[in-house]
Amino acid sequence: MQRVAQAMGDHAVRARSEAIAFVVMAVALIIAPMFAYPVFLMKALCFALFACAFNLLIGYVGLLSFGHALFFGWASYVGAHAAKVWGFPPELAILSGTATGAGLGAIVGALAIRRQGIYFAMITLALAQMMYFFAIQAPFTHGEDGIQAVPRGKLFGFIDLANQTNMYVTVLIIFLGCFLLIYRIINSPFGEVLKAIRENEPRAVSLGYRTERYKLVAFVLSATFAGVAGATKALVFQLASLTDVDWPMSGEVILMTLVGGLGTLFGPVVGAFFMVTLENYLTTIGQWVFVVQGVIFVVCVLLFRRGIIGELAQILRVKL
Amino acid sequence: MFELLGISSQALFGQLLIGLINGSFYALLSLGLAVIFGMLNIINFTHGAQYMLGAFTAYFLLRYAGLGYWWAIIIAPIVVGITGIIIERLFLQWLYKLDHLYGLLLTFGLALIFEGTFRNFFGSSGLPYSVPPTLQGGQNLGFMFLPNYRAWVVAFSLAVCLSTWFVIERTKLGSYLRAATENPTLVRAFGINVPRMITLTYGFGVALAALAGVMAAPIYNVSPQMGANLIIVVFAVVVIGGMGSIMGAIVTGFGLGIIEGLTKVFFPEASNTVIFIIMAIVLLIRPAGLFGRAT
Repeated sequence: MQRVAQAMGDHAVRARSEAIAFVVMAVALIIAPMFAYPVFLMKALCFALFACAFNLLIGYVGLLSFGHALFFGWASYVGAHAAKVWGFPPELAILSGTATGAGLGAIVGALAIRRQGIYFAMITLALAQMMYFFAIQAPFTHGEDGIQAVPRGKLFGFIDLANQTNMYVTVLIIFLGCFLLIYRIINSPFGEVLKAIRENEPRAVSLGYRTERYKLVAFVLSATFAGVAGATKALVFQLASLTDVDWPMSGEVILMTLVGGLGTLFGPVVGAFFMVTLENYLTTIGQWVFVVQGVIFVVCVLLFRRGIIGELAQILRVKL
Repeated sequence: MFELLGISSQALFGQLLIGLINGSFYALLSLGLAVIFGMLNIINFTHGAQYMLGAFTAYFLLRYAGLGYWWAIIIAPIVVGITGIIIERLFLQWLYKLDHLYGLLLTFGLALIFEGTFRNFFGSSGLPYSVPPTLQGGQNLGFMFLPNYRAWVVAFSLAVCLSTWFVIERTKLGSYLRAATENPTLVRAFGINVPRMITLTYGFGVALAALAGVMAAPIYNVSPQMGANLIIVVFAVVVIGGMGSIMGAIVTGFGLGIIEGLTKVFFPEASNTVIFIIMAIVLLIRPAGLFGRAT
């Protein structure tokens, strides 16, 4: 009884620290446009959502996908194509990108979960590379040029997204909504099963869970959120290009999550802002960006595996 | 010369030869990956970068020391192998007790560092490296023209692959290696220095990648990103073959190279993707891979 009571107490404390952190984050993001360029913030928010989607898989199911650029990039292509060629309004353009992410996630997930661990990473990477070659060959992606001058359009027919403030508020609402949804998924009974699979898959199987189905659903969810991020980014930058589907993008989202803290709620957000800020300062040094990213990878893996938020949570003795 | 389904024999056999050559590189690289994974439990993402380093070492040897291809094919694997040993001692040895994924992430970071640095100094365009004088020219076989150098690449990599297989499967050293893969603690109890064996294994696997790089230099030119795309294809080869068997890695490597070459003749649009498509099919039919054991 006492142990149960204590567990409940822990849970309440954790929920409180998470709620406080969420309010701090939301307030910071609402007042942020007074201090930073909206386009920069929107870029960081899109990547933050992308990293949260990726973290849902690595942090809570223990599956390392090395091909998440596939969902991000193809969602941004389809979103951009829908808005530009089919003349879809922005909400439908983002939805079609999201559906692309979900559909591709179902196919790739069904193949990749047939193998575990390290093979899972290699399969997702290989399938992402295959879709990268399709993106080069498919005529609608316009190869090296990408889909340019994508119209932002009017949200629900009356909110003009060409206005930077309107666009920022829209991106912020999408981000916070998806963040809360991911939080809900992680803390649902379904999320508890995912964590059980992460900790000990054979035991979860022996308890009667069909772990493959859980893993597939988690994979599709992660790909779907990556799709939201990709389609939103296409509208923000009015561009969908090969950079978004290529493997360095998959590497980048891993790095953001790693820097922020694998398996932490707020880590991917902090990691994404950290990396986007860093790259903003590093644009002048050209190819050295890759070297800097590589060094951060090595340092994080060797010395700093908990990431920024993981270390912070350790110091404050709370769950974040 | 004759024609088959409207395709000239020169084109058909020419592509088959290119397929065999690609296959040799797939075999050499996936062999190295399999040997390293067996001992270190790490998928070496740096493998592609180390292949590139091998080619660049050959280029530097020629340019700054005047040492040609035959020197390079001996020196480059040794030099790159030594850098591999340094990497293992500096970084990888701290990861053996952690999740496999950290090894993948660390070696991915190292690959970014190597490739970024070289791209910064040498740009994206390839640097030419000429075929050694002794292997210039070729043979006219009647149905096709066979350049000597390409014949050499196929024959030599096949020989390297088979001797590696022989050493691992048929010698005493190989039996230590296989035993240490199965149960390192027990092998250590017999008085064999397993950590040193692990270090040397990594050096050897990396040296194989560098050797492939030297052989590739006269065919594909030397460029900083020559390994980046190749390593992803090699990962697919490894998934198809499964890493449990050395012979499996060799057979899968050559076989997929040939299939890729044939695809280039009959259905060129799919030549980039055919290996990934085969991987998807293999995952559906035999999830453990053609030569793999179910885990």
